[in-house]
Amino acid sequence: MRFGVVVFPGSNCDHDARHAVGNVLGQPAEFIWHQSEDLAGFDAVILPGGFSYGDYLRTGAIARFSPVMRAVERFARRGGLVLGICNGFQILLEAGLLPGAMLRNRGLRFVCRDVWIRVESADTPFTCAGQVGQVLRVPIAHSDGNYTAEPETLRDLERNRQIVFRYTTPEGRVEPAANPNGSMESIAGIVSRERNVLGMMPHPERAVEAMLGSTDGLVVFRSLVESLTRQARATA
Amino acid sequence: METDIAVTETLAAEHGLTSEEYARLKGILGRDPTFTELGIFSVQWSEHCSYKSSRVHLKRLPTRGPQVVEGPGENAGVVDIGEGLCAAFKIESHNHPSFVEPFQGAATGVGGILRDIFTMGARPIAVLDSLRFGPLVQGPGTPAALAARNRRIFDGVIGGIAFYGNCFGVPTVGGEIGFEPGYSGNPLVNVLALGVARRDGLFLARARGAGNPVVYVGARTGRDGIHGASLLASAEFSDESQQKRPNVQVADPFMEKLLLEACLEAMGTGAVVAIQDMGAAGLTCSTSEMASRGGTGIEIELGRVPRRETGMTPYEIMLSESQERMLLVAERGRQGELLALFRKWGLEAVEIGRVTGDGLMRVLDEGRVVADIPAEPLCEQGPAYTRPLAPARSGSFGTPLAAFAPEGEDLTPPLERLLASPAIASKRWVWEQYDHMVRTNTVVRPGRGDAAVLRVKETGRGLALSTDGNGRWCRLDPYLGAMHAVAEAARNVAASGARPLAATNCLNFGNPEKPEVMWQFSRAIDGLAEACAALGTPITGGNVSFYNETLGESIDPTPVAGILGLLEDAGAALGMRFRAEGDVVVLLDGAGSSRSFGRASAVLAREFSSSEYAKVALGVVGGAPPAIDLAAEKRLIDLLVALAGERLVFSAHDVSDGGLAVTLAECAFGARGLGARIELEGPEPAEAALFGERGARAAVSVDEARLARLWAVAAEYGVKAQAIGRVAGGELRIAANDREIVRAPIARLEDQWANGLERALAVSLPAVG
Repeated sequence: MRFGVVVFPGSNCDHDARHAVGNVLGQPAEFIWHQSEDLAGFDAVILPGGFSYGDYLRTGAIARFSPVMRAVERFARRGGLVLGICNGFQILLEAGLLPGAMLRNRGLRFVCRDVWIRVESADTPFTCAGQVGQVLRVPIAHSDGNYTAEPETLRDLERNRQIVFRYTTPEGRVEPAANPNGSMESIAGIVSRERNVLGMMPHPERAVEAMLGSTDGLVVFRSLVESLTRQARATA
Repeated sequence: METDIAVTETLAAEHGLTSEEYARLKGILGRDPTFTELGIFSVQWSEHCSYKSSRVHLKRLPTRGPQVVEGPGENAGVVDIGEGLCAAFKIESHNHPSFVEPFQGAATGVGGILRDIFTMGARPIAVLDSLRFGPLVQGPGTPAALAARNRRIFDGVIGGIAFYGNCFGVPTVGGEIGFEPGYSGNPLVNVLALGVARRDGLFLARARGAGNPVVYVGARTGRDGIHGASLLASAEFSDESQQKRPNVQVADPFMEKLLLEACLEAMGTGAVVAIQDMGAAGLTCSTSEMASRGGTGIEIELGRVPRRETGMTPYEIMLSESQERMLLVAERGRQGELLALFRKWGLEAVEIGRVTGDGLMRVLDEGRVVADIPAEPLCEQGPAYTRPLAPARSGSFGTPLAAFAPEGEDLTPPLERLLASPAIASKRWVWEQYDHMVRTNTVVRPGRGDAAVLRVKETGRGLALSTDGNGRWCRLDPYLGAMHAVAEAARNVAASGARPLAATNCLNFGNPEKPEVMWQFSRAIDGLAEACAALGTPITGGNVSFYNETLGESIDPTPVAGILGLLEDAGAALGMRFRAEGDVVVLLDGAGSSRSFGRASAVLAREFSSSEYAKVALGVVGGAPPAIDLAAEKRLIDLLVALAGERLVFSAHDVSDGGLAVTLAECAFGARGLGARIELEGPEPAEAALFGERGARAAVSVDEARLARLWAVAAEYGVKAQAIGRVAGGELRIAANDREIVRAPIARLEDQWANGLERALAVSLPAVG
């Protein structure tokens, strides 16, 4: 099992993602340079948070043209697991690997704090270790997390159970006050139709050690490890 | 030699050089300077770069200790943090640029100090900001328009800090923010950065090895920031200050992030001999200082310097303060390897010169010599002044308090006003705009404890940081005020469980040519020196910022102390929040039983007149800061460290701004609705007991079963420990000598405190989502 963490110029949660997978979960994790087009040997790819290319243009708008993104697209098309966190989610949207777009946060400011997200679907490789309805406490840190999509896209997401996380109160209720950025349908994370590409604004890699306040982010990483283990067993 | 513009004494005076300084310059050169040379001397000998007014005083600061690896004089101070690692940290001001252009000024302030840290080979792991602004709401001396401008500056500064740190990827984890009328025309933006390096991987800015190539890397050079150090940072403000906007640089945190990663990678190759960032005075400082420190010379060709505009003169190139640039000396023959590495990171890197053995800083423009200056005299033989001192009148207004509120009076309303005042209220609105968690090391987040605590992944240890300073107290008594700044920062670090290791300081004062300002400075240095010596925290670096004046009006003298502490185990770090109902609340007092509580009420009233409470609730600013007992502070600090080490207490919070009442309320906030029932006894007037700010005190909460052990440890350290109540649900209730003087639902108090700042800002700013 081999995890790859893509390093774009300006990625700044790359070390954190590798720490979570490599040191906390004890799985092999390596960096992938943005100019690489070779993802051979990787079982899962993480697009980490940060400010790729400074995000001086629309977030993720330049990074999507990196050579590595061509490889990520092929990798995803073949069923490879791709997790985009924060800026990684934004890049996945720009690349068209997930539907929709990001607007500035409703409050027009960067927001960094813990939020609560509810697991809406557990039949994804990113949430199979969790349960539907489970509420996770995970931090956010972004300016552009206000998820927006056409009504028919939202209907599709709903119909195909592609909405994986919603912002809720600690008790699991969807409420406007619990939505930190104005995201439509309180969406915090969505998965591709094929269920192998997940984008989420909250940072699960920041919630994997009790010392830092929460271990709820482990659900995402444990799910990945479980899915890959199952996959490996199936192909063995 | 360049002969285009004739240099005269008048021109030198326009560059801020006195006739004595100009004569000294000519003495060093043995001839008249070229125009470019004049520019170089004027920035290098500016107050900002040369410390010419402060040097004689700074010598009095304690700078040594077994933990100190590098003291003042390097890009940052460095201390040993065990297991082969060390911490580099330093605080620096960016006050004037932040007034002229708040967003960019504050952003470039963050960028500058971050470069100082990674220049040493240390990866930045945290930033703190010590900020001062004029009042956000209209009041005496602050008309509505001024308050509105203060809010705009405040908003811009916070935005700039957030923009830079968030993009660069360093957590902004703490600091402090104060509001006083004296800062309306001159806000303070002091930024502290902390980095971690391997002790054997430290880099110093010393050009070595004649023939080694000099490499320029990073952003192109433009006309921005020319004379930032000499004109903006070394002169007071007038009505024309807005015209100085072009002197403020523009920030590119993305470029800096690339520089960070590329420089750390380059330093790991062994091909880098020395490295220095281009901060104040850009190429001038970086070349001359690397040569001077290395005992060598440097020759550079300006024709090779990447530029972002055409037609720049040698003078402009040498003085540009364009951001995000580094200069490094490469091992001869290995520059190609480094240039390739920088290209990989998408950075422009060019060989622009070489190290020489002749001790000269020689600048060529397309082969023509435009400057040829002995480097060591330029950097080390600049002017130094022992400026005249004259005691300043203290700036108190309002009549110092004559009497305290009658015993038994309900003090709940003034407590609520205090909690809602911007200085005391939660700074959540600010730090939620900062990414304070990136790099996943933030153990104690902003607002959760007295100090920010970062774990060191490699060793599991913790680093705690706090910055403190009280300009109001320093105006009333700079010596006492400076001691309090150190004591409070050290106490905060200890309350988080960390042993204070070392200090950095940022000294913000008015015009040093005024004897009263220089006297304040000198007294503050004495206070800092005495407190740092007593608390065992040598000063490893820092920054002096003079000329903080607008239209002849000086700011409150504001020495800011930043203290770094070490926890053996980051997991033992303490926050301030209460844990559970029934826990016992214990007040620790380092003054021990020796303190006589029967102090003359005149003294009490005098000290109380300088408190935050007196200002907010009574409209009084006067008297004197509380007397300080450094031995008592030390006892309390040692005890707090021991308690955290033994994991004997659940929470710790010192008594400072707003006194014990505010301390107790803050322990309750965020603790899921927990409150406390407190009973105070003693001869002190209730008002003073609740809101007095004398030091060496902290409140801890502890399991009843561990009380006996707590008494024993406190006794061992000579600290008086007194159970004053219990954590209880729902309300904060405080009685003094059996009469209830505070009673309010925690939810109501918390609402005042949590939203106080946003309500003050709501006058003109949109709400946060």
